[in-house]
Formats: sequence, C-alpha cells, structure tokens
Amino acid sequence: MSWETVIGLEVHVQLSTKTKLFSGASTGFGAEPNTQVDLVDLGLPGALPVVNKEAFYKAIRFGLATKAEINQVSMFDRKNYFYPDLPKGYQITQMEKPIVGMGSITIDVDGKEKLINITRAHLEEDAGKSIHDLFDGETGVDLNRAGTPLLEIVSEPEISNAKEAVAYFKAIHQLVTFLDICDGNMAQGSMRCDVNVSIKKAEDKELGTRAEIKNINSFKFIEKAINFEIARQIKLLEKGESVVQETRLYDSIKNETRSMRSKEAANDYRYFPEPDLLPVVILDKELEEIIEGLPELPKEKEKRFIDEHNLEVSEARILSSSKAMAELFEKASEKTKDSNLVAKWLVGDISALLNKDNISIEESKLSLENFVKLIERITDNTISGKIAKSLLEDVWETGNDVDNLIQEKGLVQIQDESVLEEIATKVIQSNEDQVAAYKSGKDRIFGFFVGQVMKETQGKANPKSVNDILKKLLG
Amino acid sequence: MSIQFKTIKELSLMLEKKDISNHELIEETFNLVEKYDKLNAFITLNKEKALEKAKALDNKSSDLALSGIPIAQKDLFVTKNLRTTCGSNILSNFIPPYSATVIENLESSGCISIGKTNMDEFAMGSSNETSFFGKVNNPWGANLVPGGSSGGSAAAVAAGIVPAATGTDTGGSIRQPASLCGITGIKPTYGRISRWGMIAFASSLDQAGPMARTVEDCAILMNQMCSHDSKDTTSLDEAIPDFTKNLDKEIKGKKIGIVKEFDLSKLDKNVVKVFEESKKHYESLGVEFIEVSLPNISLSVPTYYVVAPAECSSNLSRFDGVKYGKRCENPKDLEDLYIRSRSEGFGDEVKRRILIGAYVLSAGFYDAYYKKAQQVRRLIKNDFDDAFKKVDLIMTPTTRGPAFEAGSMSDPIEMYLEDLFTVPANLAGLPGISIPSGYVDNKPLGLQLIGNSLQEEQLLNVAHNFQKTTDWHLKTPDMEIKS
Repeated sequence: MSWETVIGLEVHVQLSTKTKLFSGASTGFGAEPNTQVDLVDLGLPGALPVVNKEAFYKAIRFGLATKAEINQVSMFDRKNYFYPDLPKGYQITQMEKPIVGMGSITIDVDGKEKLINITRAHLEEDAGKSIHDLFDGETGVDLNRAGTPLLEIVSEPEISNAKEAVAYFKAIHQLVTFLDICDGNMAQGSMRCDVNVSIKKAEDKELGTRAEIKNINSFKFIEKAINFEIARQIKLLEKGESVVQETRLYDSIKNETRSMRSKEAANDYRYFPEPDLLPVVILDKELEEIIEGLPELPKEKEKRFIDEHNLEVSEARILSSSKAMAELFEKASEKTKDSNLVAKWLVGDISALLNKDNISIEESKLSLENFVKLIERITDNTISGKIAKSLLEDVWETGNDVDNLIQEKGLVQIQDESVLEEIATKVIQSNEDQVAAYKSGKDRIFGFFVGQVMKETQGKANPKSVNDILKKLLG
Repeated sequence: MSIQFKTIKELSLMLEKKDISNHELIEETFNLVEKYDKLNAFITLNKEKALEKAKALDNKSSDLALSGIPIAQKDLFVTKNLRTTCGSNILSNFIPPYSATVIENLESSGCISIGKTNMDEFAMGSSNETSFFGKVNNPWGANLVPGGSSGGSAAAVAAGIVPAATGTDTGGSIRQPASLCGITGIKPTYGRISRWGMIAFASSLDQAGPMARTVEDCAILMNQMCSHDSKDTTSLDEAIPDFTKNLDKEIKGKKIGIVKEFDLSKLDKNVVKVFEESKKHYESLGVEFIEVSLPNISLSVPTYYVVAPAECSSNLSRFDGVKYGKRCENPKDLEDLYIRSRSEGFGDEVKRRILIGAYVLSAGFYDAYYKKAQQVRRLIKNDFDDAFKKVDLIMTPTTRGPAFEAGSMSDPIEMYLEDLFTVPANLAGLPGISIPSGYVDNKPLGLQLIGNSLQEEQLLNVAHNFQKTTDWHLKTPDMEIKS
C-alpha cells in the first residue's frame, strides 16, 4: 500500500516590538521574573488592553512579503481557558478577522521550488511561563513573556514530508528576519511551531485523521518529530487501527511523540469578539508607508547579486540566505572592492565552517572588520591564500584581530626575491634526480619544486614569485 | 449646621462662605455614616485619608470645582491602597495598586472619597441582596431593598449622608436604585466615561455615572467624570461639553416619545398614575408627546441575559485564586485550587450567570444564542435610531414599581424583569436618566428619559426643567422613627 503524508504548520513568530501587544511593558528577554509586567499583563481587575500598532505594522510587512490580502479592518477575539500563566483566564487573539489573509511562500527542496499557500496570519498575545522545577511542590509563574506579540502563521496542508516542512520553516525564518519583524532567535523561543500530521492512502481524496505536535523550536526537531509521527501513524494504519485526533508532545531525548490530550478532553475555548477592543483600522496612508518601507527580499537580493556581481546562482543563493550573510557580503565587497574574492571565501571556507559548527553567521566570532582585513591581506600579498585559510580557522576560534595574528605568528609572506632565490637554489641543488627528470621533459615535476620551496618557507612565499624564480633557475 | 440632605451646590457654598470647615464637613459626614450604619451602605471606609485631605484643604484652600465635597464610591471602582471588593468574597482581601480613571478624575477635582459603597456582587443583581457583605436597606423603609446593583450608593445619597456617589450601570444599575431610593442618576452614552479601573461585569454594556440629589449635581459631576482616556480604547474621543451650561434652557416644543410596545396597563394602577401625571406636567411645560415604535424592544431582556452573562463568564475568569484575591485553603492540586477558590469565592447569582455565559458561548450553541443576541442588539439599536428621527427623547417609567421587600423576589427571572425599562439603553449604548417623579405608598418612584447618543446635555436639560417645577426630588425619608 502506498501512503501519502499531509502536513500543515502553525508557526508562532515573536514580533520584535519594544513593548507588549496590549501594554507598555518591555518585551526584553531574560529579565528577573515578573519585572516586565504592568497592570494589564497581571490581569488586574479593571485593567484594559490597548493595541500596540507597531505589531500590526510588522504583521502587515509579513503579509505584503507573502503577497497576502491585508485586512485593513481586523478584530480581536477572546480564547477562554484556565491556566496559571494566563492571567486573565483568556488569550486575546484574532479568530474571525485576522490582519493577514491568504498568501503564499516559495520553498526550495533539493533545488526544486514548491509554492506553499498560507491560510492566514493573525496577531495574538503570548502567555507567561510556568516554572515547575524551582520550588518544591509548587509551581512558579513568570509573567514577563505574557502579552508579548506573536504572529501565528498558518499554512495550508500542502507540505508532503519532513524535509519540506523544515524548508518551509526555514523560509519563514529567513523571511521574518529579512523583514526585521522577528529576531529569529530559536533558542530563546522567538520562533516555535505546531505541526499537524496526517496520513492517507495515495488514491484517497479525503484527508486522514491528524495529530498535532505542539511547540517545536528547532529545525532538527521538526524533522525528527515528523518522521517519527509519520512512521507511528503508518504503523497504526497498516495494523488496521486508526489514528486518534489528539495533541502530542515531542520528546527530543527519547526521539518520540507522546499523547498530551485527546480531542474529547480538549478545551472548548468559547471564542467571542473581545469587547474591550474596537476593530483595528489600518488607513490607506499607513499601508502605503509600510509598502514603501519594505526591504529587499531574499529572492530579489539573489537576482541582484547575480546581475551586479556576476555570480553563479548557487553562490548568490548562499549569499542571500540570511540578512546577516547578505550584509557581510555587500559591506565587505564595498570595502575591499573585490566582490568575487569576498564571495569565494563566504561561499567556500566560511560556509563550510558555519555548517561544521551548525551556527549562523551572526553567531560566529567573525566580524566584518576582521573579514575585510583578511581579504585585504590576501589582495595586498601580505599573506598567501593558503596561510589565509589557516588564519581564518584561528580567527574563527578566537575572534582575534587578523593583523595581530599575522604579526604574532610571523605569517607575512616573504617578498624579498633574493631570499627566495637562495632557498630555491638550495632546493635545486639537493634534488638532482628531479632536476634531471624535469630537464628531460617531465614538465609536471615543476610543481614538486614549488612545493619544496613552500615547505621550506612554511607557506609564506609568494607563489607567483616562487614560480618566476624557479623557471629562471631551472632554465 | 446640618449637612444632611445638602446638595453639592449647597455644600460648596457653605465651604466657600466658611459656614463650615472642610474638616468639619468630613467629620460630620462620618457621623452620619455611623448614625445610619444599619443601612449597611458602606463596605469599606476611608476615614483617615479623607480627614487628612480635608485638613489639608483647610490649611491651603483650593479653587478646584469640587473642592472638599464628600463623595461615596461604588466598590466596583478600584482605589489605590483602599480595599476594593466588588461586593464579593473572592476580592474581600484585595487592595488595588492603582485607581480607576473615574476616581482620579473626581479626586483631582477636589472630591474627598469617604468610602466604598455596598453593591450586588460584581454588579449582578437588582436588589443589593447578592452582596457578600449583606443586603443594603432602603432609607424609605426598614425592610425595603434599595435596588441594585448600585444600592449602597443610592442609599447613602437618599439618606443624605453624602450629596453624591458614583455608580455603574450595565442593565440599569444606576437608574433602578435611583428610582427606588428617590434620587437622580444618569447613565451616560457608552464610552463617555472611562472604564479603566472599573471591575468589568459586561464590558460592552458597563458604563459609570453619577448619582445625586438633583439633575444639576449630576451635571456638575459629569463635568469631572467624563474624559477621553487613552487607557480605554472604547472611551469616546468626543468633545466634552459643560453639562451645566444649558440646564435652564426652555424645553417648549421638545418632542418626547412614548414607546408603543411598552404595555403599561399591566403595571400597578398607582404606578401608571404617577407616569401619567409626569406626562401631564411635561405637557404643561410645552412638551409634545408622540407615540414611537420600537418593534424589537420586547427582546431586550432576553438579549441582555445572553450578552451580559457571556461577557461576565469571560471577565470573571481572572478571579482564579492564583494572583490576587481569595485562594482556598490547602489546595490539593491546580484543579482543586481553581474549583474551590471560585466555588467559595463567588455567590449563587454570580455562579448562575457564569454558567449561563459559558453555555451560550460554547461550541454548538454560540450561533443560536450569542450571535443571535448580537444581531438582535443591532436591531434594537436600529429601532432607537429610527425613533430619534421623530423625537428628541424617549420617556418610560424607570421601574415596574417602587421598592419591594427584601427576600420577596426569589425567582431569578422575575428579578431579571426589574431591568425591563432600563436594559434597552445599555444594549443601544444610549444615555438614560432617572429622576424622582412621585410616590406610591410613601415609596419613591422614578421616571426615565432616554436620549440619543451623546445627547446628555439635552437629557439633563429636560430633566432639570422637571425638577425646577416639581418637588419630588426634595422629599427626604423619615428615618429617625425607624432607626
């Protein structure tokens, strides 16, 4: 039997506003518990929410970038449930009239493009945090996060496997960071997602029963959780059993999903329009200003890099993969006036190091200033490319200044031709057999002499000078 | 010199002429509070701070509009560092860290808050019998209810303890007790007065307003209470007039609507007689009465009792024993903490409404109840819009009758019908006022005028003209015999 997987993602993006969605309290991360709260966030009697328009502007940027309908009149609803970290006993969200309607995003899987439709994106407030392991027999509640604006982005069930799901999540991550509406910091929970997975027979039109895996916050775990879930559901179906509609939790240590609650036990959220807030109206003028302020998006950047710098598609794609990478490329190119060399290093050695450490460029210790120095020392012949490679590794580990490292380690390229000539003469004298072979027509052996000279100079010789000198001496 | 039954205007004059010092006025006010302790009009007193503020005014006089005027605050407005219970056990230990905008507006205009008045629990009730702090007695009769939910405020004003008190009105909670206690109370247009710091019952219906002995005092208070508040999105960004300016304007030629669908023949004959006499009186002032139709008005009470409980079921979720207010003893686990804190903290009427509200919002019933009620609400508003094309104001009795005996109305549905005449103004967001208009068996009875949106000036003008030419509002209860 051939099975087909259907996946839909709900991505929660924490918008990088200075203050909360409905109060003037700060959204900063990592403060002492319950210090970034005001009367509204505490859910005090009589306190009323006031909308932070900045969150709307950010949500609209996302809508515009995904070619979505923007609802210039949108409304808030209450989602009612009891939980200690939900101070009002309800969450203010957008159910009936979200700010962003149907849109789409293109994902890239193994070089193939696929369009995923986005059903909607709505604004809502985050809850606080329950802390279960700090106080013996008691639960602590930290409301610093309560009221932080979230944009919940809901995809159509058009994702077919774990790889596509990761690509989709990455595409959203890339977009929201480019748009400067989210810091993209996964470790701090700035982006999390719920994954809906169902399985059906290939020939069936109707979708199978879905399970929802809650609150995953890394690319790796999304892939693993989905693959586990697909296998679990297929196993059930092949045994003739059925999938239960339920909410599940992914345990990254055991690499499995576990049931949290079934549909029967699910809350009835008793949604209704939030009477404390009027519909939020976005004027044409406001919308026009947001459109004008939209930054260049990844695809546009990629195309421009190809046109302006004569790059390969694959190179341009890597350089436009993140805002930080694109910025490093453009700024370093401007300073060094050698965009091709800059591109070569970013796409080559630096990308390799990023992959090895599994970090993003802004998390690395490589600063723009140091990277520019590295490129300049290559182009002004202070160091050879080979030395530069090992130097980069050093800089990568320590973040130390390139010029200081060159001085300290004595990596300056030997430019003095008389010194090089002396070394070359010694190499020729001590390798008579190779000289004879070379002279009898084995041109390829020339490289051997270059290598020997480089070895003697610990790689500090200028390769071009070495070539010239050897050619002269060997006749 | 006695201060009992004095109006704001009279007290201001006494203070100005130094017939009485600020301190003496507040001292005397607290003497009255004590004297009429049996009314049970207050839940918490603010004696120390009030006397302090009065002394400060004696040392350094101010030219604030309401300088030194004692006022009682409904215990639904949060008051910084002064216990605020909303008439409920669940908040019986709650000391708010901030004050409502209404409180700040009044206090910064010179008013002295003398205490927090008793009320139906979370403003849910029409007799003040649902308060955790006991029922309030109507100064007009030992075992009579004062109405509700602003029963403590109404009783304190009716007994002449304070010239004025704040109230809130979700379905009639200012106008109905004003009617039953023989005082004047106005519920302004929804959004005129900020809801910031008002403990919410039904957010889309709640509106604060003044309760006083005269229309003029209500207008004076409105000038201070109304404000556009950036902390309340639903507060109106509309110009606020001087509500006292046009009080004396002639009302000749005004058209007042009588609602065709309100069948008064079902009411007590004496109640109808009072209403007819009020009509005649207005006619003598040159007012023309026109019959208007509000075709959907009979759906008001059922609509109200879907919308208000729905909102209250959500608004009261925050009282969970986690952050503030009462928490049950030794909870076993989270579920137990929720269930027992709320079961012990809320009274029966509040529980009833939370249940109704949760029911009408639940999956599968939402469309049939809540959504339908919102649609009817829109129709009722449209009915008023049409009527106001023909008339300036609409007049009805405020209540079906005068104050009833405590404990006499045990059927909740019967109690809900107390709101029959008052609820439509809340559903449509319109201003309404109740003024004393006569007596049945020595019990006061109010007359209600409803105005179009933002037309409070006209409403106050027409009501004031009634008081200028009648003396129903000047009568005082004879409490000495009974206390």
